[in-house]
Amino acid sequence: MINLVWLVPFLPLLGFLINGLGRRYLSKSQVGIVGSGVILAAFVVSLLIFLEVRQPGFSAQTITLFDFISAGSLHIPFAFQVDQLSALFLLIITGVGSLIHIYSTAYMHDESNESFARYFAYLNLFVFSMLILVLGANYVLMFIGWEGVGLCSYLLIGFWFKNTAYNNAAKKAFVMNRIGDLGFLLGIFLMIVNFNSVTFSHVFGGAKAMGLNNVAVAAIAILLFVGAMGKSAQIPLYTWLPDAMAGPTPVSALIHAATMVTAGIYMVARSNVLYSLVPHIQTVVAIIGLVTALLAASIALKQNDIKKVLAYSTVSQLGYMFLALGVGAYTAAVFHVMTHAFFKALLFLGSGSVIHAMGGEQDIRKMGGLKKYMPTTHWTFLVGCLAIAGIPGLSGFFSKDEILAHTFAANKVMYVLALAGALMTAFYMFRLYYITFSGSFRGTHEQEHHLHESPAAMTIPLVVLALLSILGGYLGLPEVFGVKHLLASYLSPVFAGSAAIATPHHLEHSMEWILMGLSTVLVIVFILIARGRYAKYTDSGKENTGLAKVLENKWYVDELYDAVIVKPLGMLSRFFQDKLERNGIDRLVNGAGRAVTWGSQQARRLQNGQVGFYVFAMVIGIIVLFVIGLLL
Amino acid sequence: MLTVLLILIPLITGLLTFGLKGSGPKVLGLVSSLASLAVVAGALVQFQHAPEALQLSVPWIPQLGARFQVGLDGMGAMLCLLTAIAFLLVFITIYNRNYERAGSFYGLMLLSQAGLVGVFTAYDAMLFYVFWELALIPVYFLCSMWGGEKRIPVTFKFFIYTFTGSLLMLVGIIYLYLQSPDRSFSYAAFTNLNLPAQEQSWLFWLLFVAFAIKMPIFPFHTWQPDTYEQSPTPVTMILSGVMVKMGLFGIVRWLLPVLPQGAYMWSDVAIILSVIGIIYASCIAIVQTDIKRLIAYSSIAHIGLMSAAIFAHNDQSLQGLQVQMFNHGINIIGLWIVVEIIQQRLNIKNMEEMGGIATYAPRMAIFLVIIALANIALPLTNGFIGEFLMFSGLFQYNAWVMAVAGLGIILAAVYTLNMVQKVIFGQSNTLTSTFTDLQNTELVALSLIVIVILFLGFYPKPILELVNSTSQMLLANIVK
Amino acid sequence: MPVQYYIFLSIALFCIGVMGVLMRRNAIIIFMCIELMLNAVNLLMVAFSKMWADAGRIDAAAAQIFVFFIMVVAAAEVAVGLAIIVMVYRNTHAVDINILNRLKN
Repeated sequence: MINLVWLVPFLPLLGFLINGLGRRYLSKSQVGIVGSGVILAAFVVSLLIFLEVRQPGFSAQTITLFDFISAGSLHIPFAFQVDQLSALFLLIITGVGSLIHIYSTAYMHDESNESFARYFAYLNLFVFSMLILVLGANYVLMFIGWEGVGLCSYLLIGFWFKNTAYNNAAKKAFVMNRIGDLGFLLGIFLMIVNFNSVTFSHVFGGAKAMGLNNVAVAAIAILLFVGAMGKSAQIPLYTWLPDAMAGPTPVSALIHAATMVTAGIYMVARSNVLYSLVPHIQTVVAIIGLVTALLAASIALKQNDIKKVLAYSTVSQLGYMFLALGVGAYTAAVFHVMTHAFFKALLFLGSGSVIHAMGGEQDIRKMGGLKKYMPTTHWTFLVGCLAIAGIPGLSGFFSKDEILAHTFAANKVMYVLALAGALMTAFYMFRLYYITFSGSFRGTHEQEHHLHESPAAMTIPLVVLALLSILGGYLGLPEVFGVKHLLASYLSPVFAGSAAIATPHHLEHSMEWILMGLSTVLVIVFILIARGRYAKYTDSGKENTGLAKVLENKWYVDELYDAVIVKPLGMLSRFFQDKLERNGIDRLVNGAGRAVTWGSQQARRLQNGQVGFYVFAMVIGIIVLFVIGLLL
Repeated sequence: MLTVLLILIPLITGLLTFGLKGSGPKVLGLVSSLASLAVVAGALVQFQHAPEALQLSVPWIPQLGARFQVGLDGMGAMLCLLTAIAFLLVFITIYNRNYERAGSFYGLMLLSQAGLVGVFTAYDAMLFYVFWELALIPVYFLCSMWGGEKRIPVTFKFFIYTFTGSLLMLVGIIYLYLQSPDRSFSYAAFTNLNLPAQEQSWLFWLLFVAFAIKMPIFPFHTWQPDTYEQSPTPVTMILSGVMVKMGLFGIVRWLLPVLPQGAYMWSDVAIILSVIGIIYASCIAIVQTDIKRLIAYSSIAHIGLMSAAIFAHNDQSLQGLQVQMFNHGINIIGLWIVVEIIQQRLNIKNMEEMGGIATYAPRMAIFLVIIALANIALPLTNGFIGEFLMFSGLFQYNAWVMAVAGLGIILAAVYTLNMVQKVIFGQSNTLTSTFTDLQNTELVALSLIVIVILFLGFYPKPILELVNSTSQMLLANIVK
Repeated sequence: MPVQYYIFLSIALFCIGVMGVLMRRNAIIIFMCIELMLNAVNLLMVAFSKMWADAGRIDAAAAQIFVFFIMVVAAAEVAVGLAIIVMVYRNTHAVDINILNRLKN
């Protein structure tokens, strides 16, 4: 089965080609069947692979398809690596991916035939790129997938291309990702210089041989992390993700919550050996992750667009994952990627269901009391909120708690901050929940009339994801429960390299119980506060002031970037264009031409037609010649 | 013999075409370019088995010691292939257009093709110079007779500028000729000169300026945006797709092996100029509103990277450079074809007046997006391979220089996506809502380009292997 | 008589001729001044010829051949030159050379 791993990315590619080329000829149901079918088939293949990989004693296998680039002594094969980590990601991507494809068949049904097919083609292409990203056996192949998902994200954010604002959001996402990609590329080049290879095993082996705290390895680690900042929306490159909500909601669920944005976590987890070799860089990763988590959570407190709240929540959760990576808890990070994929996809799809019912309205101030109109959406959304807030028994609790416990063991200050972020999460999620689903409806009469539960193609994925959000956590029960951490033992071969290097933090079991109890109590308190403030929410229409206004305006970071980067770049470009190019270099060139013309005109004056002048010049010439002759 | 045939086909058909009327010229042009492509294919096959059979050397001007010496190496074969494809694409694209004095138009185009092939195959400096001018002069007539409103001053500037460069090169060639022991212009004699470092140092500038103007690299580039803007688009395609490669080719074939020490001494300066050019041209491209000028500046930025890669001289940068010479040619011709299609339909160049074309011409929109992505070197398009290897090579030369040059990747994304957005996305206006989708000839041309883009993006091995011998030969000669 | 006398005389004549050509505007006078220069040279040639003949050189007479040659050329020149001047006079009713600047266009 492992040898057939190429089928996993190939199937979505096939779907892309069929839907892309046949978009004029296929009906919507055909497109939907092809689009979702290929992903489902890929899921089945992934599942078979997973079953093989989960056998104890399975060691990573590399399947080389062909020689991609070779120049001099550098060889980069087009090869896939199947191991525990990539098999797990295959499952998440194709699993969540197929649910979202099915959901999309209903969500996008109002589109014209051609743009429906275009949508599915893009979505299939995205899954293909994402699979290449996680399957690649070297960093260049990972980079191919990396940029490929960036492209699909660009295409899907700007899916409704007539809208200029959407196009700008798409462009912003692509350019900001490119900034990160440049870091990634530099990291790859540094690997080539140091190890003359980009294959994972060679790079890790070479890095280990260089020992702890090597400057080159540190540089590679930080450059790769710059790439991760762009893709996984960390400070300072996170502002594209909230804008990316311009895309259709299932896209936000798949790309901007469940899969693409976790590519950075995948990359760092994949390179765990490199990061464990340079603890200082790991600390940087942890700090960036933590600051991002807090900043994004604070912004989410005051957003009124249902998708924007979820977007900032995603940024914040990604921050937690980087925090986990930074404190060396790689398993916890991957665990959180998985549970987050379930509950955040659920929340996005739930919000999509709401937006669908509201006829495109996204402002939660105009919603309210939706629970009686859309029961299934309501209870699945509630499950998502409980999961992300970290209520015991749901998946989010286990993964988040694991991160917090590791953070506590590593650094107490970080723990306090991370806990504060978790409480904010509980607060803003339930603020969102209560404003949207409880109280009374605040929209127009027409909208109220139109309210309805979504069709089965949309609710079934919601239910499945809700079940996964509940059950997903049981793969990683903490060891204090006296059971084996299934995910940790499954992933241990991947992280064996770094486990051998890093010094493990140890935590007393009693302490772990205390932390768990503390966070649970506080989370419930914050949920109750949110309930008290927002359960009977009415839109007062008052302008926010003070800190609330700053938060509503996202700390003015977009304005800051505009003033510091975008405007100066525009001015520089205009300076080059108007001053240097037109009045500088080109004038110099034209000036050389004009100098010749001017010189000729001066010389022409000698030919004035006066015979006397000519004779005079001749005599002078003769005299000059005589003088020269005498002198020589 | 195939090499001579490659030069003769466009030369003879070109001369014949001058006398033809009606649809004769375009049919003959198409036939000729197809024949050229077939011959190149044959030459490529022969190159795999018996490369020496592609060499030919007969006396040409015995009084001077100049010989008619032609041959193909990996890079030459690759560029001949590019030339053949480029002319075929141009002739397909403009098959449905009717030019005034079509006979002369096609004739001049074909003569220029002969010159280009000659440049890429010549192994005698005198012959090289003659072909260099043969490629240039028809373009001058093409621009000044079929160009835009400001064509006369612009073409004049173009001609004088490039001709100045050519004369500098001629001086350099004559000097080298006088130094050669047996008074010969041949490549072998030139590469065996081993001049003292001092002489190489100033000779370098004579040749380098000539090639730098042709490419063009900063600050010798100002003729280029004007010329691209004013030339008829088919000529622009040839100029930017193939002719700028003459400059790069000249450096790789003649400058590096003949003056290795000179090149080594000045490589820092050349790389810095090139890298400045990347950033400078990219910034200017961002603020362009005229689509032709935007593509022109984008081309300067790309050429800057290629020129920097030459002087980084290591195996990755040289491999990447040669691959990119081919791929840049394909991609930029693709962009010009789209421009030609838009101009044909709407007769505008200002991007502010466009928009919403994707609604009316979805096929063209898809092609434009793919070609634009190849232009910004997205992985799995052909642009990626070359840029990746060149950046990697440049990184090995100097990491900081590469990091600055790498900003070009980001800026390229900015201006290219700006262009795509302004041209095909957004709301349509009264003008663009009349846009009709692709005609058959245009569809064929663009499909060919996209096939090449994707094929070489997925599987670059054939072209990497083709040019490998040239890189190895160069590396063996280079001063370390 | 020493040859220096002849040299000084012919330099004087030549300079008078040059100054005349430079300063006068009347074409006939310029013409005559050119003749004066030619004849200054002729005088010098004859003087040198005599000097070398006295010194016993057998080829000294060659200089006098040049004198005849110059006279013939001068005669031919006069014929053409005067013809031009006459034509100019007929066209412009003047022999002022400053009027003759239409050549420059």
